[in-house]
Parts: sequence; C-alpha cells; structure tokens
Amino acid sequence: MSTEIYNEGPVVHEPAFIDGHSVEIPTLKILNQDGDVYPGAAMPEIDEALALRTYKALAFHRVLDERMIAAQRQGRISFYMAALGEEATSVGAAAALKDTDMFMGQYREQGALIFRGFALEDFMNQMFSNEKDLGKGRQMPIHYGSNALNYMTISSPLGTQIPQAAGYAYGQKLQGKDEVTICFFGEGAASEGDFHAGLNMAAVHEAPCIFFCRNNGYAISTPADEQFRGNGIASRGVGYGIKTIRIDGNDILAVIKAVQWARAYALENSAPVIIEAMSYRLGAHSTSDDPSGYRTKEEEAKWHEHDPISRMKNWMLKQNWWSEEQETALFDKLREEVLAAVKVAEKIDKPPVEDLVTDVYDTVPTHLQKQLEQLKTHIKKYPDAYPFTAGRIK
Amino acid sequence: MAQMNLLQAINNALDIAMAEDDSTLCFGEDVGHFGGVFRATSGLQEKYGKNRCFNTPLVEQGIIGFANGLAAQGSRPIAEIQFADYIFPAFDQIVNESAKFRYRSGNEFNVGRLTIRTPYGGGIAGGLYHSQSPEAYFAHTPGLKVVVPRNPYQAKGLLLASIRDDNPVVFFEPKRLYRASIGEVPEEDYQLPLGKAEVTQQGNDISLLAWGAQMEIIDKAAEMAQADGISCEIIDLRTILPWDVETVANSVRKTGRLLISHEAPITAGFAGEIAAQIQSECFLSLESPIARVCGVDTPYPLALEKEHMADHLKVYEAIKASVNY
Repeated sequence: MSTEIYNEGPVVHEPAFIDGHSVEIPTLKILNQDGDVYPGAAMPEIDEALALRTYKALAFHRVLDERMIAAQRQGRISFYMAALGEEATSVGAAAALKDTDMFMGQYREQGALIFRGFALEDFMNQMFSNEKDLGKGRQMPIHYGSNALNYMTISSPLGTQIPQAAGYAYGQKLQGKDEVTICFFGEGAASEGDFHAGLNMAAVHEAPCIFFCRNNGYAISTPADEQFRGNGIASRGVGYGIKTIRIDGNDILAVIKAVQWARAYALENSAPVIIEAMSYRLGAHSTSDDPSGYRTKEEEAKWHEHDPISRMKNWMLKQNWWSEEQETALFDKLREEVLAAVKVAEKIDKPPVEDLVTDVYDTVPTHLQKQLEQLKTHIKKYPDAYPFTAGRIK
Repeated sequence: MAQMNLLQAINNALDIAMAEDDSTLCFGEDVGHFGGVFRATSGLQEKYGKNRCFNTPLVEQGIIGFANGLAAQGSRPIAEIQFADYIFPAFDQIVNESAKFRYRSGNEFNVGRLTIRTPYGGGIAGGLYHSQSPEAYFAHTPGLKVVVPRNPYQAKGLLLASIRDDNPVVFFEPKRLYRASIGEVPEEDYQLPLGKAEVTQQGNDISLLAWGAQMEIIDKAAEMAQADGISCEIIDLRTILPWDVETVANSVRKTGRLLISHEAPITAGFAGEIAAQIQSECFLSLESPIARVCGVDTPYPLALEKEHMADHLKVYEAIKASVNY
C-alpha cells in the first residue's frame, strides 16, 4: 500500500503547463499497402495455416457485409451494420488470441466470431430473428453472441461492456486461468462514463484485459474532432497508468503483433493494455444512416486505397500462400453460400410465443405465466393478427 | 396552417424557440449539421450557428450534466437523448440533479429552463434497446415534468410550452409516429397547457385513457367498440407528471368505467398510479374494476413485438370485458 503514486518530476518556480498533445504516441505499421513488410519490422507469430484462416475470415466478412446490406435494401432483414474497411481489427485480434479468451464487442466485431467459426447459419438465424437464433429473436440484427465461442452477446447501449470486461478479466485472474478478456469499442464510445470507469477499475485492480479502441473516425455522423481532444484515445491510457500502443488498424500484421504482445503482457504482469487502432469506417454507421450527409466522396475514396483486405491479399500473394485463382474461387463460393443461407433462414419460423416470457428470470414467475396464458387466449381469438405465433399455440 | 409530420412540427417549435431567445441551445449526439438521427434538428445549426446547435460527445450523463449547468447559469438548454433507451446513463443527473436543484438550494439556484427531448416507444422493430417507454421512472421523481404528445399539432404546442416552462421537463416523442403522423399545424407560435389532459372524444359507457403513440391504438379500439354499440370517451393524458386527476375523474364519474393503456410493462407502470388515484376519487361511481392494457412484464422483444404490444385488439377485448363485467 502506498499513497506515493506519482513521480514528482523536476520542481519549477514558474508555471509550466503540459500540453494535451505533448504525449507523443508512435503508430505501429508492419505491412504496406503493396503487401511488403517494412524493413526491420517485427513480425507477429504467423504461419501459413494461421494466415489462411485469417484471410478466409476477412473474405467471409466482406462477402457477408456486402450481401447483407443488399438483403436489407431488399427488405429481407430490418437492419444491418457492416464493418467495411475495418475488418482487420476484429479478425486480426481474434487471430492473435486463444479461442478461449473472452471477446467483448461493441457491435461491429463479427469478424472475431467468423474467425472462431460461428456458422453461416448462426449469423443468418440471428439476423432473421427466427426460432434457431441463439438469442431467441429478441435483439436487432448483428447482436450476436455465443457462449461456446467465448463471444459475449452484444448489447446496444454503448460502452457498457468496458467496465464489464475489467470485471470479467479480474475473475479470470482470480481463478488462475491462462486467459484474458479483450474489449472492443469505438472512439465515440470512449466518451461514455463507462470507459473511464472501466479503465480505472482495470488499472487499479490489475485485470488482464485488453482494451481495443477501433478508431474509425466517425460516431454515426460526428467526426473525431467533435468527439474528443488530445492525442486520440491512446493518450487516455497513459493517464490511467495503462500500457498503451497505437497501431495502423488496416494493417492486419500490426493488429496481430500488438494483440499477441498485449496478451502476453496482460497475463505475465496481471495488468491491462490499451490498443488504439487507427482505421476508417468506409461504410455507413448502419443501414439507417447516410454518410453523404456529413462527409465527402473524396474522403471515402482516399480510404478505399487503404483497404485492409487487399493489403493482406497482396502479402499472401507475395508469400506464395495465395493465388488469384484461389481468390476468385473463394469469393464466388462465399457469395453463393451466403445467398443460399439467406433463403434458408428467412423461411424458418419465428420463435414461439412461449419465448416471450422465458429468460426474464431463471424460471418463469407466476405473474408472467399468467400473462402468457392470457396472451395465448387472446391470440387464439385473433389468429390472423398474430401470424407468427397463432398456428403453434397448443 | 401547414401540413407537417411530427418531426417537422418539433423542428418548427425548436426554430421558434431559438429565434425568440438567443440563450436557447439545442445539442446532443449527431444533432448538429446532420440534424439528429431522426432529423428533428435539421437546419438549426445552419441558421443559428455552431455555438447554439451542436454535436456532443457520446456521453448522456455529460449531456444532461452540461445542460444542468447551462440552465443554472440562465441559458435555455434543449438537450436531445438519441433514444429514450439511452437516457439511463443520465439518470443520476436527471433524477438527483435536475429534479432537486431548486428544492435542495431553497431556490437559490434552479434548472427550470431545461428541456430534455427523447424519442421513445416501440412498434418500429427496434428490439430491447430501441423501444422502451421509460416514463414511469421519471414519474416517480418529484421536481420533473413529464410530457408526451400524440400528434404533430400537440407536439409543437406542448414542446413550446415545455421549453418556456420554468421547470425541468422530460419530453418523450413517439418515434413510431415521427413520419407516420401528419396533420395541420399552425406555422405561428402557440402553446398547449402542461398538466392538462384533453378529452378527444365524448362518450358514455367507458373512459379510455392513454398518451403518445398509444392514442392511435385506443382510437382504433374505440371504433371497433362503437360498432358494437359501446360509446367510449377518449382522453389523452398529455402530461404524465403532474397529471390531470380532475379531467380523468370527471370522465369516470360520467361513464362509470376506466381503461388505461400504455406501452411500458404493466407492473409498476404509470397506469397503476392512475388506477389507485381514480379508485380513491371515484370509488362510488365505478361499475367495473379499472382495466389496464399494457406491455407484458418482459424486456421489449424483437420477433414477438406484436404479441408484446398493447394493441387495439387487446384494448377492444378489455373494453368489452369492462362493459360486460
């Protein structure tokens, strides 16, 4: 125990303000857009098998996003959130972790689920809110979760997972597990009170937690300069006494390297790490948003040149781990599979009416049993008004 | 008169309020140039500048704390919380600070100029976190006013009254009706009274009470009942806190029956408070138990939204049950 938690530094006798930008934070880059590794760059641990698994997850992600945006426009699903241009962050992080590490996302990290093998049908069942959805049709599309894959179910309110991640990681530490928690959030969510609460708790209580800020430039329509001042989100980590690194979020090798390093550090030192990945949200915030109202085509075009997937592809080609033929075949196959899966999922029944009252508590309490019985009686009287459930009431 | 949808009526009210008073400000997440996720603040930044209409960082407790400070200083803040579901991070600032500012300081300071606008309610396939109706939480807090308009005309008049009211007001906007509800709205300035319910249809057999988007539902149910020869009196409560006991009680004394319908879960919903108070006021006039048709006691679902909602058919059945009690 100590109350001496800071170094006094040099004593001065005239005021010497420290500028908000005076913390200089370097950016880790390993791979350039042509697929070449920068000379002297420290490579992550990655072999051909991991590289292929990672690249296939990126490809799956791109195809899923493109197809599901189209499906939303056709009115087949109500809502979608793509990660166009940012796929390398969640896929790269998952590739650097053990599959048993807990992954807590904000809402744009389906890449980690893809990497961990969440089946195409599982994605579809969630988005179509059918009775096979692991979440039982209760949340909007893209609110995935899988206990088996250690991916915490997404909650819409922003930032709530940040202090939860600190607590989850602390529990992992107390139980002596060789596991960490990674917590993703955007630079917008870093404004929420939960961010400050979570980082401080993790730092003070020495939780093996990796805070991963996906800085994509926009929180819906609000650009970063209307969201925070100072040197990005990384500089906050310094303030909380947390090991901090900034990386190029469109460089998947930099993501993998940083997360591998962070994981090892968090476990060995029982301490949190914060990673700020600089990227760009090429797509809209969601299908309910139209970015043409707040940014220019030129700005978007510039970032298209930093596409993280083509960057990894270029590297894979140079390693002779990939070919243009394989590329075409993979994307064609994925597009067919996604389309076919849409057609299957949209025909599966919605959840039965009983699912309305389960999981509110561990067992259905009497008052909810009664409300369900009243509801069933009512639905039987007006079957046409409740087409999803009426035919299946016993 | 002009044809406006509910969003345009709100935008128009904000425009009038900002034009008349330089200290009136509009802010919240994406509220600036973009005009808010629903575009309620469209054009205001262009017209009044970035100092008076602006984006804030994503921090609801910060938005309302900041607004409390502005209101205490004498400005007239109109803060937007993007969805009512996200008002809870600001709950401490609203319930412990906005509501008690005047009381705890012996009126040395107050935040009476504060208005909090927020879209609420279901029926938009929004699932758990884009569908809640949290009015009852705020109704339990002395010091606040809680207002819910049912259509564009009401929205403009009630919002202008809320902005000019010298108490903090939480103004819940029925987002299901934002573009769906269109009606005649005077372009000039007008106000509708806070704390006053409105009888929207006279009737003899039962009083139906609701607010906001739920008014459409009870109107539809009343039409069905009318075909069965049941005459419904319909009341829009308009202000949840403080609520107009007199108008409701007078109606119930006339009809002998009351049905209350809201979207939020039934248990500890605001209908419970109304039922208790009206029972005490009108005990000898009641010919059947006061009926409540509300949401199921579960979080608001996505796929089973229709089943969860207190729709017109459930209200219609409850009207018949009450009349035939």
